[in-house]
Amino acid sequence: MTSYAAYPTGDPVSDTKAPTGPVAERWDKRRFEAKLVNPANRRKQTVIVVGTGLAGGSAGATLAEQGYRVVQFCYQDSPRRAHSIAAQGGINAAKNYRNDGDSVHRLFYDTVKGGDFRSRESNVHRLAQISVEIIDQCVAQGVPFAREYGGLLDTRSFGGVQVSRTFYARGQTGQQLLLGAYQALSRQVAAGNIELHPRTEMLDLVVVDGRARGIVARDLITGKIDTYVADAVVLASGGYGNVFYLSTNAMNSNATAVWRAHRRGAYFANPCFTQIHPTCIPRTGEHQSKLTLMSESLRNDGRIWVPKAKGDTRAPNEIPEDERDYYLERVYPSFGNLVPRDIASRAAKNVCDEGRGVGPGGQGVYLDFADAIERMGRKAVEAKYGNLFDMYQRITDEDPYRVPMRIYPAVHYTMGGLWVDYDLQTTVPGLFAIGEANFSDHGANRLGASALMQGLADGYFVLPATINDYLARHPHQDPVTDDHPAVQEILAETEDRLNLLLAVDGDRTPDSFHRELGELMWELCGMARTDAGLREALERIPRIRDEFWRRIKVPGTGEEFNQSLEKANRVVDYLELAELMCLDALHRAESCGGHFREESQTPDGEAARRDEEFGYAAAWEFTGTGEAPVLHKEDLVFEYVHPTQRSYA
Amino acid sequence: MKLTLRVWRQKNAGADGAMSTYEVDDISPDMSFLEMLDVLNEHLILAGEDPVAFDHDCREGICGACSLVINGDAHGPERTTACQLHMRSFQDGDTIDIEPWRAAAFPVVKDLVVDRSAFDRIIQAGGYITAPTGAAPEAHATPVPKPDADFAFEHAECIGCGACVAACPNGAAMLFTSAKVNHLGVLPQGAPERETRVLDMVAQMDEEGFGGCTLAGECATACPKGIPLVSITAMNKEWLRATRKVAKR
Amino acid sequence: MARTVWDSTVGKKTVMAVSGLIMLLYLVAHMIGNLKIFFGPTEFNHYAHWLRTVGEPFMHYEWTLWLIRVVLVVAVVAHAVCAYQLSRRDIRARPSKYVHQRPRASYATRTMRWGGIILGLFIVWHLLDLTTGTVHSGGFQAGHPYQNVVDTFSTWYGDVIYIVAMLALGLHIRHGFWSAAQTLGVGSRARDRALKTAANVLALLLTAGFIAVPVGVMTGVVS
Repeated sequence: MTSYAAYPTGDPVSDTKAPTGPVAERWDKRRFEAKLVNPANRRKQTVIVVGTGLAGGSAGATLAEQGYRVVQFCYQDSPRRAHSIAAQGGINAAKNYRNDGDSVHRLFYDTVKGGDFRSRESNVHRLAQISVEIIDQCVAQGVPFAREYGGLLDTRSFGGVQVSRTFYARGQTGQQLLLGAYQALSRQVAAGNIELHPRTEMLDLVVVDGRARGIVARDLITGKIDTYVADAVVLASGGYGNVFYLSTNAMNSNATAVWRAHRRGAYFANPCFTQIHPTCIPRTGEHQSKLTLMSESLRNDGRIWVPKAKGDTRAPNEIPEDERDYYLERVYPSFGNLVPRDIASRAAKNVCDEGRGVGPGGQGVYLDFADAIERMGRKAVEAKYGNLFDMYQRITDEDPYRVPMRIYPAVHYTMGGLWVDYDLQTTVPGLFAIGEANFSDHGANRLGASALMQGLADGYFVLPATINDYLARHPHQDPVTDDHPAVQEILAETEDRLNLLLAVDGDRTPDSFHRELGELMWELCGMARTDAGLREALERIPRIRDEFWRRIKVPGTGEEFNQSLEKANRVVDYLELAELMCLDALHRAESCGGHFREESQTPDGEAARRDEEFGYAAAWEFTGTGEAPVLHKEDLVFEYVHPTQRSYA
Repeated sequence: MKLTLRVWRQKNAGADGAMSTYEVDDISPDMSFLEMLDVLNEHLILAGEDPVAFDHDCREGICGACSLVINGDAHGPERTTACQLHMRSFQDGDTIDIEPWRAAAFPVVKDLVVDRSAFDRIIQAGGYITAPTGAAPEAHATPVPKPDADFAFEHAECIGCGACVAACPNGAAMLFTSAKVNHLGVLPQGAPERETRVLDMVAQMDEEGFGGCTLAGECATACPKGIPLVSITAMNKEWLRATRKVAKR
Repeated sequence: MARTVWDSTVGKKTVMAVSGLIMLLYLVAHMIGNLKIFFGPTEFNHYAHWLRTVGEPFMHYEWTLWLIRVVLVVAVVAHAVCAYQLSRRDIRARPSKYVHQRPRASYATRTMRWGGIILGLFIVWHLLDLTTGTVHSGGFQAGHPYQNVVDTFSTWYGDVIYIVAMLALGLHIRHGFWSAAQTLGVGSRARDRALKTAANVLALLLTAGFIAVPVGVMTGVVS
């Protein structure tokens, strides 16, 4: 074994674009200092956008409106299917329509604190400022937010904050916001300002003379691999939760775009910060292909419990009250069932590890509405949660009005991602990362209803303002065409990789490797991580990778629609990214947010942060497959929100 | 469960297709329909055969990617998407026919995968509100009556899967088009482009080679999101209104 | 505007709806007129003659009748041409059938095309039989419609053709009336039941009213 875990530490990485001065003025200051591109010159500059979710869709539309020539890609058959569409809950904004004491500063404060003090104050404050404009923008586009009888927008409270600032469209907020962005994008496609490439997947980044100048992408229908050149590249390709195989991500969401960018020089920050959502429908067996989230709002009225005795196989209704353990209410009397996501998830894992889990394989806990139905009446419960109950019944064939629901945590979101500066530019000049693909705003834990806010803030407002500065400073880059030797070299590398995958002709399917890796990651780099477990993972992953290249079987050819080839190529990147996640988790010997190290907890079992040693973002530099990466630290400075240990007991 | 599957196999857009028969065993009633196909594909790959291509992504009924006609029904026997259909809806020993969406405007790409880009072009023709980023007024400047907001939402729920076209005996895209026309048409923000929107979208719909509406109602029955048939009526009204109004200009 | 309407599937459906409603109005009047046969030859023949003098002295003899005929011909032709063009388009839009077929839509909906063709052929026969007398059984007497009607329905094939056509008419109206309401945008969730009931009642009344005449002749009530 080479010493992957014996990584060197390089120079600190610093955010050179971050403005100074009072936090509330920094965004204005940066926008003023950023150089602008003359409208007439914008037409001559091409920007590639990869992904059409909330971040990519809004960025593509806005850049095109500004006059840039946009070339946009998505692997789906239509931009409207990006996985942002599945977000249920809502989008936060500091509108203070409720007059309940909300403000930009409070949203800023809540987000920094919720992120467990591992995010940048400047970025988070900007996010909170922009949140207000996002709602205006979306309403103007016709997003049908929930409204009250007076015709004004309705809001609800969400995830532990004390104000009601979450705007929503029933349980389909992500869908409605995405369709708004998709429609704006469609308008620009029709106007000829965007060249859209659906069913085309980015397979590599083109870097020429140290700058991002394009991408290599494969037409998924014909299998043709092509190069596309541009003046700047924007990655909006989402998170990497599918490393775990089972997650709430879409089946084809993948990490190839960000990982290939990382291999070409973009630092990857905080890869171990993954969010596990406590209320998902448990898996039913080996065949499980993905997990379905149930809105967190269920915890407002449902009570979570498991039997007191191990291996109790009685039906839930036959277990008498005094033999049930309402463990969250017992351990956290003041917050009870409403503790934050990470705490609820970990507590569920603990009781299941003790052998008190329920359902097939003991991987589940009850979420019981019997009390709520008795208290509010079935009608009221139906009105509040009817659609969620229906969804649960459809999937499990159990009636949650009569039998308690079974829930279990699942991987849901990744806070880590490509390291970006205040301008959302990665360490590769000309390469930008927005939305879940970057690491910027959520620190070690994301608050509910903040993912949609960040995606749209990045795409509609931040990137379109900051990319100007880069393009204005590089107006006359050396022309790069598709036949440039550097471009051709990267194209050839990509073709070789796919040919190699097809040539192995082994005896295992891409899914079997993906599942094996996912199980390993869930077990050793999931909700609770240990030094020994992570070291074990770091030993096992390279072995799986070797076996993959010996035994993978991909039928068909590369010159056709070949979903097995797509999948296999994604697994190649998961097998490398997983290793970095484990290393990052190993090196961060503290617990914070979604990252829980068993060695670092308070006497009563809570996550113990170690700010002195780990008050930084970890940005990793790639040096080669299986080679130890270089750690670059970005120190986090807190001038406005002072780190405190969270307490929910 | 043990099942016999008869699946439409077609190498590519230009090739002829035919039904092929496969047996699958050890199917759990808890599996989703697509997980059942995953099982089939794992077997096919290991047997050195070409796995069945089918579109799928979120597998929670919202992205609209999955597009299977199961025993003659778009998305199968339940009112949901194929990804949210579970094998408990079938019996041990059943024979299940699986076919792609069939419509001239949705050509087959491979096996069960079709090209639905015609839907994108209908949206591009006018399925939007022109609101460039930054130009938006304060969100509360224009209240929207709750019934209108609810009406808009009900139509905005469309996931663009194309089941309406697949189920329609005429391969018509009226329900899809009407859902967007009604969503945007009822909102005050959408009023300035009301006429051009419906006229341009309907013209594009015709241009794409979709059939006309004979109000058979199959689309609304197949729609996993329950977009009602009266949505089409409302669009017809909107179209007539727009035609008259534009003629007067 | 005419161009927009004619070029669009929605516009063509509008043409079908309007022309269909014109024909439907005519059929209601026609059916009521037919029922006069039960009051004897004098009243019936007198009614037939009156049809030619409607509008006098403003209109010349038969002008009104010809005006109605022209409107009806335009309606029939427009209805048929749109139906033909839309059907061709619909069939092109669904070139390959599902291997797994199952019955869809209601009977009335599925039979609109064939029903329409049957009705078209019937109209031709009906005009040749009772308007021009070209294919009339027995001696056609202009100006004596009562006797002509009795002659036609005294043959078995006359009864069969007429009754089959009227049943087709009932089915056609049942879906057509409701469908026209949707095309013209007057349908709504609240009104749907009322529209469906109206369609059913209209279909039933017209079919029964028209079929009453051959039944009357067959049973000897009219002779």
